[in-house]
Amino acid sequence: MSAAAKPIPAFDAEAARADFAVLSRPVHGKRLAYLDSGASAQKPRQVLDAMRVFTETEYANVHRGVHYLSGAATDRYEAARRTVQKFLNAASEDEIVFTKGGTEAINLVAYSYLAPLIQPGDEIVLSVMEHHSNIVPWHFLRERQGAVLRWVDVRDDGSLDVEAVEAAITDKTRLVAITHMSNVLGTVTPLAEIVARAHARGVPVLADGCQGAVHESVDVQALDIDFYAVTGHKLYGPTGIGALYAKKAHLKAMRPFNGGGEMIREVTRARITYADPPARFEAGTPPIIETVGLAAALDYLSAFDRAAVRAHEHDLLTYAREALRELGWARVIGDAPGKGAILSFEAQGMHAHDLATILDREGVAVRAGHHCAQVLMERFGVASTTRASFALYNTRADVDALLAGLARAREILAP
Amino acid sequence: MDNSLRELYQEVILDHSRHPRHFGTLEDATHKAEGYNPLCGDRVTVTLKLDGDGRVADIKFAGKGCAISQASASLMTDLLAGKTQDQAERMMQGFLHLVKGEPANDLPEDARAHLEVMGGLSEFPMRVKCATLAWHTYKNAVEEGAQ
Repeated sequence: MSAAAKPIPAFDAEAARADFAVLSRPVHGKRLAYLDSGASAQKPRQVLDAMRVFTETEYANVHRGVHYLSGAATDRYEAARRTVQKFLNAASEDEIVFTKGGTEAINLVAYSYLAPLIQPGDEIVLSVMEHHSNIVPWHFLRERQGAVLRWVDVRDDGSLDVEAVEAAITDKTRLVAITHMSNVLGTVTPLAEIVARAHARGVPVLADGCQGAVHESVDVQALDIDFYAVTGHKLYGPTGIGALYAKKAHLKAMRPFNGGGEMIREVTRARITYADPPARFEAGTPPIIETVGLAAALDYLSAFDRAAVRAHEHDLLTYAREALRELGWARVIGDAPGKGAILSFEAQGMHAHDLATILDREGVAVRAGHHCAQVLMERFGVASTTRASFALYNTRADVDALLAGLARAREILAP
Repeated sequence: MDNSLRELYQEVILDHSRHPRHFGTLEDATHKAEGYNPLCGDRVTVTLKLDGDGRVADIKFAGKGCAISQASASLMTDLLAGKTQDQAERMMQGFLHLVKGEPANDLPEDARAHLEVMGGLSEFPMRVKCATLAWHTYKNAVEEGAQ
């Protein structure tokens, strides 16, 4: 018997929009339609206020002093770790390592976990739709240690076939590194199934969650995933802060990354011993204020019904996608079932950069280029695409501005 | 309609981008270079032939990219054919000034008349690199691209 689907509450995007001051500033004299949140999201005043108030009332270095402010700052810093833990539903706060972003989180896994295990000929499985941040660290291991990269193709609609992932796994596979959600196609990958198949072969899985954590609810325990990387600035938080979730057993086995203060237990002239995770991987003074900002951003996002936000973003995606189809001269790239709110397209006779320049003059901010996914561009035979990415603060008015801008661009550019 | 957009994408530019002059590859090139803008993926390959006096006897470009990069490459090859390297260097410096909205007094009159259509770029600093890609590639070909 199937239970009736829980009704999804309405989401008030206009009210949310009011939390983001930048969205009310005009650009080139036009209403700003910010459709580049996939590159970086804007920050609500709740995040900015949290960072300012913390700095004005509780700031000091963490894990060092015995004075009042140091204790207060340490409490806030560790509370932020628990906020991330809860956001990802990790079993323990000790499984959350703060990093400066998603890129550093993945590089940490490459350097501290995988590099010591790699023998020449060992394989890393990854998809062709990875962002460069989930490609280049593995290329390092290819260049330096003779690892072999095994690429999994996507279907023409941008979806990922679990069977193809499984088929790429061999006895030499040491890691499957896969995005949770493509930053170009919007494809949401079947992570739980991928993890199950990989684990059946004894292979751990890393997910690049930089887009996925923004648009999907993440439960690392339900996924049983080994590593999950997130970045703060796409989650409506500040730049310079991100996090790596890693299973405790992995973290315990991993060698240190950066060396310095905070990550040691004892240093003598002759030897050092290291702190336990996660401190082992957090050398030096961390971005304390940004960490507080990240926690505020996660609190902000979590206060909404995530399913309602998703439905709202999906409405914008569908609305925009149908409108582009009707134009007849725009080709959408990436149409996987259940995809997230990212829309990449090519417009006939118009290069993405020319298009983006004209859209910009209409107040519409989009991304144009290869989106740090050159392998994927090659797969689809395009040099660049135009990408509109939707966030909780976007409305149909933003899509209408995009469509009006596209019509203008065609007036100017098309033969 | 935004006038600066109209000026940027004026008919001459669009015509050059749609029907680029000197498009292709010189089989008997003496110099060659490839230019690539990793930010946007624009690519241009410049092949040219220097004669005994160091003049650009012939020049061609091939590539893929936005209207600005293609038009600029087309305008450049139009202009550089028959010029000495010194003349070309002066034109390049003048052109760089022009697209950045700086005084381009060093631009010879004939070149100015030819390149002025790119002047609208000074309103679009994010796009200047699109226009200069071909010129930097030319320079690279002459300096380091001997075949």
